[in-house]
Amino acid sequence: MNDRGVPLLVGRDLHKSYGPTAALDGASIHVRAGEIVAVMGPSGSGKSTLLHCAAGIVPPDSGRISYDGRELNAMSDVERSALRRREFGFVFQFGQLVPELTCLENVALPLRLDGVKRREAERRAAGWLDRLEVADIAHQRPGEVSGGQGQRVAVARALVNRPRVLFADEPTGALDSLNGERVMRLLTQAARESDTAVVLVTHETRVAAYSDREVVVRDGRTRDAELVA
Amino acid sequence: MSIGQAFLGLLESQPRHGYDLKRAYDERFGQGRPLHYGQVYATLSRLLKNGLVEVDSVEPGDGPERKRYAITAAGVTDVERWLGQPEKPDLHLQNTLYMKVVLALLTGRGAADILDSQRSEHLRLMRELTRRKTDGDLADQLICDYGLFHLEADLRWLELTAARLDDLAGKVRR
Repeated sequence: MNDRGVPLLVGRDLHKSYGPTAALDGASIHVRAGEIVAVMGPSGSGKSTLLHCAAGIVPPDSGRISYDGRELNAMSDVERSALRRREFGFVFQFGQLVPELTCLENVALPLRLDGVKRREAERRAAGWLDRLEVADIAHQRPGEVSGGQGQRVAVARALVNRPRVLFADEPTGALDSLNGERVMRLLTQAARESDTAVVLVTHETRVAAYSDREVVVRDGRTRDAELVA
Repeated sequence: MSIGQAFLGLLESQPRHGYDLKRAYDERFGQGRPLHYGQVYATLSRLLKNGLVEVDSVEPGDGPERKRYAITAAGVTDVERWLGQPEKPDLHLQNTLYMKVVLALLTGRGAADILDSQRSEHLRLMRELTRRKTDGDLADQLICDYGLFHLEADLRWLELTAARLDDLAGKVRR
């Protein structure tokens, strides 16, 4: 168990450009074990790019990212992808569920990919659907459920293999207020119970209020406080 | 806050003693700021004088007599009129934060820092309300949501002002 005081994930002085456009211009972030951090900022400020870099999805042009003392830049693609599969979970705004599978099979999928037997994977998946209050739609396909239910299934799938960090990019962006609140309540509750840290990208302050603290990104930069770690 | 009308509404649902009225008010609307007994009895005597409530019964007790109050027909009309009348939206146009931003720009101080620290303070309060809402019942949720939406509006203003600081600085220093 990582000490609460020592950051689990650190990104330092990250730069990333897409063509002539600088998405990150020296941004930094640190996340402690079990901590819920909101990444906020106006549209186009670089908050999603910061999440993608910190999660090892997109390599930064320069800057360093370390997870539990290991440098992401020094890892091979295979190692990084294993890290993402085993230690990280992801929830995005839209469409991350496999439409051909039932909700239960969707949640069991990460476990099946990790070699867990079908019966055991589905037993654990059913437990997560229950925690996210969507046990009743276990055998329906994503196209047959509401947006809010689908997003709760996505949260269950992201947490089923007990990641140490959950990356959530605008997880309530496509939902109305009431469904958005429900997703956030259940997501943060489940993350806290599993001691999973959350990096939550959002432009909605009411969503950010579920976090422990915020990192504000403006023009690809963050405040110096993020460098302290 | 219209304590008088709140009392009338509570009395319309059932007659109550002064103490019960205070307790019902504090439970539903007090939000950690209970009424003083002075306020309760001053309000009741005003409602009595205006014929909006009446003393329904008097019970002897160890100390002073306990009066039970009931709403009158005039009281019911009054509360009905009040409920049907929209509240004037609160407009905080004389805003301390705006004043701080302008003065910071005028004196060459960092207005962005003022907005940043205000954002943190607003978010701190929003977190507190969110926690209270998550742990609370439906009444807590509605009350906290009211506060959260207002704080959110302030934060939107903070963001927009932060994005317009350069323009504002140009105008203020002219």
